[in-house]
Amino acid sequence: MSTSQANSLRNGPDERGRFGIFGGRFVAETLMPLVLDLDKAYTAAKNDPAFQAQIDFMQRDYVGRPSPLYLAERLTEKFGGAKIYMKRDELNHTGSHKINNCLGQILLAMRMGKTRIIAETGAGQHGVATATVCARFGLPCVVYMGTTDIERQKPNVFRMKLLGAEVVPVTSGTGTLKDAMNEALRDWVTNVDNTYYLIGTVAGPHPYPAMVRDFQSVIGNETKAQMQEREGRLPDSLVACIGGGSNAMGLFHPFLDDRSVKIYGVEAAGKGLETGEHCASLKGGSAGVLHGNRTYLLQDEDGQIKDGHSISAGLDYPGIGPEHAWLHETGRAEYVSATDKEALEAFQLCSRLEGIIPALEPAHALAFVSKLAPTLPKDHLMVMNMCGRGDKDVFAVADHLGVTL
Amino acid sequence: MTTRLDKRFARLKTEARAAFVTFITAGDPDFDTTLAILKGLPAAGADVIELGMPFTDPMADGPAIQASTQRALKAGASMMKTLDLVRRFRASDSDTPIVLMGYYNPIYHMGVELFLSRATEAGVDGLIVVDLPPEEDDELCEPAMRAGLNFIRLATPTTDDRRLPAVLANTSGFVYYVSINGITGSASPETRNVAAAVARIKRHTSLPVAVGFGIRTPEQAAEIARNADGAVVGSAIVDAIAAEIDPQGRVKPGAAERVLAFVRKLADGVHGARATAAE
Ligand SMILES: Cc1ncc(COP(=O)(O)O)c(C=O)c1O
Repeated sequence: MSTSQANSLRNGPDERGRFGIFGGRFVAETLMPLVLDLDKAYTAAKNDPAFQAQIDFMQRDYVGRPSPLYLAERLTEKFGGAKIYMKRDELNHTGSHKINNCLGQILLAMRMGKTRIIAETGAGQHGVATATVCARFGLPCVVYMGTTDIERQKPNVFRMKLLGAEVVPVTSGTGTLKDAMNEALRDWVTNVDNTYYLIGTVAGPHPYPAMVRDFQSVIGNETKAQMQEREGRLPDSLVACIGGGSNAMGLFHPFLDDRSVKIYGVEAAGKGLETGEHCASLKGGSAGVLHGNRTYLLQDEDGQIKDGHSISAGLDYPGIGPEHAWLHETGRAEYVSATDKEALEAFQLCSRLEGIIPALEPAHALAFVSKLAPTLPKDHLMVMNMCGRGDKDVFAVADHLGVTL
Repeated sequence: MTTRLDKRFARLKTEARAAFVTFITAGDPDFDTTLAILKGLPAAGADVIELGMPFTDPMADGPAIQASTQRALKAGASMMKTLDLVRRFRASDSDTPIVLMGYYNPIYHMGVELFLSRATEAGVDGLIVVDLPPEEDDELCEPAMRAGLNFIRLATPTTDDRRLPAVLANTSGFVYYVSINGITGSASPETRNVAAAVARIKRHTSLPVAVGFGIRTPEQAAEIARNADGAVVGSAIVDAIAAEIDPQGRVKPGAAERVLAFVRKLADGVHGARATAAE
């Protein structure tokens, strides 16, 4: 047992918050005591059965978990190869996996006695999920969102406002997710006494990448049990889209030591990797330090961060969670990409064949499934994370398809 | 080893003066203007110069320095040009310490060892890297010390007595006390709190303590100078530089002279502080 534990890929991060060379705590001194506090509070909460029971209760009655593991028969038939299962996290309350993490973090924030919540958002799904839990638990909520994203995700902006959150437009940079994150960090250093920064993905300084992963691991844990019940064995492959990488880490992590399971993370290739207009940090970036951790980043020859491009606001981030960078370098997971165009096609295909309108983010995962599945035998069990629904994207997609609503 | 910073603070101590520390961003609004301002700073009363290394994502900076960083990058600033500014400054001034201030990524991207050899060769004396807390000392702080550079750490109101020794452990040159929880250019600090904080830090170290964040006027600078070994002014100078750009984005003639005149006023505030206090 001890040797298998020593060889486990699930032990990370180390006490410095590192996954190999990635991760860490690269933050300003003002934030350092807060980050250390959070680490202590999270470690205590994690080992408190009452905390876990609170999460489980809310996950069941408020979020609607477990989410189904659904056999997508018509897509399976269409692709003509692997058996395609979808983990239906788009059915969660608020329409994506983001609520899994928000629930865990807000319960932690309250344990820590924090009275004000801030968050960054790209697609607005994390903003909506944060605003939702803040409404539910009666805490004031400020969400930072880039002006470009506010424009392309209007329905979510209004949802956040309905939920009582203040949405602060961020104009710096290109007005997308990384700029929103900078602004949230600036708020946090200014309001250290009462404010909890609820990060929406597996990024930021330690312990965020590990903590967000843990809260999202409900996805992979359920998948494992459901697949066992359904097929009596492990899946053969897992596919998930990657913005910062939280839905992917949540699906992947429980399977890291099951070496027979192939793992694919799908980054946004935007207009194509060769055009330079993309968000594929692993495929088109290099190691660097941003937002509190070392990871792969899109950057120029001077170490300046480059703006990403993706049709999907939720994938439009020039970095990736540090644990993915490590899984990439160790080869445990394989990282691939899908373009805007491929994602749009998958978006429409899924809508027509399965009656499921996916978010543009998981449409990237599905685009890769459409390429991989046909090459595999019919007894290959593939799980794709349907981590969000497409209601928020219908206006943007109509626009891309040249339809006026 | 005695560095330029050590010598400068030692001399100021014998003169019973506080240090006036100025911050400008390298390449804002362009290379030539920065060089002109840089060269004029010592005569305008700057005792220590902080030169900002532009970065696209200055997470601890407020709107003024964010904008200055953007202006610099747009005008073609880069790490090599920042180092070149230092080299050219050093050609005519071998006494005024220059501290590079910024974020880790552009340094990491160049490669720590290569950066350190280029920086020492250019005549840099110290580094302030905002996103490298003591927990990450093996990244840059320790190699920088080995290369003979001072690594100046920020201490903040959240740095409590338990944490202070760790923060001060590898700090040299001076300690930069960030007087407020917040970003650069935000609210001005309460003098009373600053005096208490400086006294607290001095219980843990014999290094000089300079105070910054939120100092905008000669009067505020003087207040701080009465309570600390140095006063740092950044956003206010950077704003004065921003005012020298016309609506078409061109730098107005005489920009450097006017910015330096403003710096001179701040310097008079700092340098007159103790004299006034003694009256
Ligand atoms: C539905 C959906 N999927 C994926 C993402 C990307 O985030 P992550 O990679 O952390 O799962 C987002 C982000 O907004 C999202 O809304």
